[in-house]
Amino acid sequence: MRIGVTVFPGSNCDRDALHAVELMGADAVELWHGDADLKDVDAVIVPGGFSYGDYLRPGAIARFAEVMAPLEDFARSGGPVLGVCNGFQVLTEAHLLPGALLRNISTKFICDRVRVRVESVETPWTAGCEVGEELTLPVAHNEGNYFADAATLARLEDEERVVLRYLENPNGSANDIAGVCSEGRNVVGIMPHPERVSDPALGSDAGLRILRSVLVGAGV
Amino acid sequence: MMGRPPNYLELSLFSVMWSEHCGYKNSRPLLRRFPNEGARVMQGPGENAGVVEVGDGWALAFKMESHNHPSAVEPYEGAATGVGGIIRDILAMGARPVALLNSLRFGPLDEERNRYLFREVVRGIGGYGNAVGVPTVGGEVEFARSYSGNPLVNAMCVGLIRVEDLMSARATGDGNLVVLLGSKTGRDGIHGATFASDELTEESESKRSNVQVGDPFAEKMLIECCLKLLEKDLLGSLQDLGAAGITSSASEMAASGGVGIDIEVEKIPRRETGMEPWEVMISESQERMLAIVEPDRAEEALKLAERYGIGGTVVGRVAGHGDLRVRENGEVVGTVPADYLADAPVYEREVVRPSYLDEVVELDLETLPQPEDYNAVLLTLLAHPNLCSRRSIYTQYDHQVGTDTVVLPGADAAVMRIKGTQLGFAVTTDGRGRHCYLDPRGGGAATVAEAYRNLSCVGAEPVAVTDCLNFGSPEKPDGYYGLSECIEGMSEACEVFGTPVVSGNVSLYNETDRGAIYPTPTVGMVGVFEDVSRHATPAFKRAGDVVVVIGSGSGVSLAGSDYLEIIHGRVAGEPSAPDLAAGKKASDLVREMVQTGLVDTAHDISGGGEIVAVAEMALAGDLGIEYPEGELERMTEGQGHGRSDAALFGEQSGGFVVAVPEDRWDDLQDALSGFAYDRIGNTGGDRFKIGGLIDVSLNEMRAAYERNLSETPTVAEAGG
Repeated sequence: MRIGVTVFPGSNCDRDALHAVELMGADAVELWHGDADLKDVDAVIVPGGFSYGDYLRPGAIARFAEVMAPLEDFARSGGPVLGVCNGFQVLTEAHLLPGALLRNISTKFICDRVRVRVESVETPWTAGCEVGEELTLPVAHNEGNYFADAATLARLEDEERVVLRYLENPNGSANDIAGVCSEGRNVVGIMPHPERVSDPALGSDAGLRILRSVLVGAGV
Repeated sequence: MMGRPPNYLELSLFSVMWSEHCGYKNSRPLLRRFPNEGARVMQGPGENAGVVEVGDGWALAFKMESHNHPSAVEPYEGAATGVGGIIRDILAMGARPVALLNSLRFGPLDEERNRYLFREVVRGIGGYGNAVGVPTVGGEVEFARSYSGNPLVNAMCVGLIRVEDLMSARATGDGNLVVLLGSKTGRDGIHGATFASDELTEESESKRSNVQVGDPFAEKMLIECCLKLLEKDLLGSLQDLGAAGITSSASEMAASGGVGIDIEVEKIPRRETGMEPWEVMISESQERMLAIVEPDRAEEALKLAERYGIGGTVVGRVAGHGDLRVRENGEVVGTVPADYLADAPVYEREVVRPSYLDEVVELDLETLPQPEDYNAVLLTLLAHPNLCSRRSIYTQYDHQVGTDTVVLPGADAAVMRIKGTQLGFAVTTDGRGRHCYLDPRGGGAATVAEAYRNLSCVGAEPVAVTDCLNFGSPEKPDGYYGLSECIEGMSEACEVFGTPVVSGNVSLYNETDRGAIYPTPTVGMVGVFEDVSRHATPAFKRAGDVVVVIGSGSGVSLAGSDYLEIIHGRVAGEPSAPDLAAGKKASDLVREMVQTGLVDTAHDISGGGEIVAVAEMALAGDLGIEYPEGELERMTEGQGHGRSDAALFGEQSGGFVVAVPEDRWDDLQDALSGFAYDRIGNTGGDRFKIGGLIDVSLNEMRAAYERNLSETPTVAEAGG
């Protein structure tokens, strides 16, 4: 399986994501922001970082990068896409996912480990998990406070599109939401960083539960 | 040497280059005392950073640098650009920056100004480091009145590089092109280096314009671009633009290569109009690098810079004449011999022992009442800003980006792996300002010893040192004496430990109208692992583990201790001189026990003494401990010399606490044969109990210890 990782100016988890893809046993493919080409990948990870310095608003400029046009086509035709942290922000700015990520309620950047519960396994990025499974995952963000209007939140809950939920809410997110999926369920955005816990050498490979899920769907 | 008076532009060049910050004119003779050779040393002082070999073809480049003065007047940008500057020093060696640390000092948090400086410095470090994508994995912070209004912000960076890819900042090759990479040049930071070489006064507030402004996004692109340029072998040499801007970079590159450089000043891209050539030459605009490129590779190099969205401009040429020549539209507007500029005059000063030392060492323990409530004392110590948890700080820093952080912040040292190998490295930063104030030589040695112990605790073999020498004015006897004595103590320790000083920085004139700071050399020490999976952390790991204190305790004393300052409000006494040979032996033993896998739980005894060290281990592991019956009495008789407070909270340079499962107790005893040690109990339960004096729950301890340092403390807690 070929998994692409987008690289925007200012992405800083791109190399970590590429490394994690190798650890999950797939081929890692770098997708340069200036190339409107997904290089025939089977899935895409939009990694964390500070694309374009987070200037204007996190993700607001990245969504206009050349690589986003084919990425949006890929997403709309059902291709698996995972946005992590800044990647989640990019996907909401691109309207591939509902809602927005506001500044943390503490107004401070937070880097910590948080416990989350898997709420839905009906996505390519959680298919290998179990409903109700608890994972401890790292977070590192300044704008992780998930916001959507009441109707959207109700709809997300109703359609079971909340994918991960915080057990201890670190940032003020509505409904303790740590991750959501698109209507088609193939596009997932999460604030926690699974790629940071993908190697037992660093003490945990809980993140592979999420990343390897995409291989389940592909029958690998 | 020039045979004529310099013009205004030339004078500006001298003004910045011969400042203490760039020229080390007061400190250079003293710095020669530092040992700087060792088996693993590939690059000692003289380049942008020191470099040591790890193994398997890997090397580490590292350096620490101060940004004290800018942070005093503009704390967010001062701290942020301190981080940016040290990253570029590492990048200039050709290394990928992989870890950041910092040593910070502030005045007590009971003053609004200090709270502001603390909050904004931490925010600045995070704001830059988080965005640039280099993890901030460790550091230290202390609060004392002497730093009020004159905070210390020392940033350290470690970079990883293949041995064969090591770069130099030496300009060579007549006719080679000088290429400026990165941001455009503005008026920010003009005369930053001279500003940093003066005392801080009320007028300093008006020097905000001397402080540079950082753009971590530009730096991130500069890092990736330079690493790609190096990978494609397009650069001959590389130098960052820091203090004194292009002037310093170009003259240092020329001087070390024994050549000259012609700068065509009108070609330097600007972000402001109407800049004079001298302003362009000494601007400290951030996120810029200077590279020497062979003419036939220039086109490819500039194209690559464009791909990364950063500026790349040919701004001059290497020339045989040995001068730094500044031309504007062809006309020479300034000429100075490069080596003359890079070689500031040296002031040798007389070392005079200051009289304050005779007063502060007086400490009559008879006048010191022993506490009535030891539980309250322990909780007060654990809650004090100098001893409490640093969690509220390091959770504001991304400490995991890069996915190489093996041991998260909060341990004795940061532990990092090298991907694709078993290898790893550990880094710590340490400083002991109060100790150096009371005894500059002993404090200097103890600073190095503490770093050596911290690395040994996690299981790394200490290899080399970088330092920041933060002192008051060298023109005053107190300042110069402190500088000279601390260097002597540090040098002695580095010699005994076999950890040469391979890079460093000097920050003098740390004075306000309230006086000078404590003499505060800070040390960044790097150690290596052959197998990084064999490491230890302070947290108790299993109930029932045997807990052992290693060390005779013969030097334990209340002189200069945290207990004395926090509980009794006194900074006094002569701390016992560190026994360097014994300290090395004990540290090496602990490291060996970690490396062989016998010990996975270790912590060094430092501020607050044995009890605070054990309490930290209990809190980190959420496991209590009860000292056995009679132990308190034995301790009081022994290391306490009859006083329980001295036994429990006394300090010395040395001492470790380790824990092992009961079934390894025999092996541990074998390993410890020949060493003084004391079994102090077994882990378990949720209380911390010592004889009839201390009995508190871990929850009470945690409530005191896990405080948010950004919140305003009550007056009672302010202390220090």
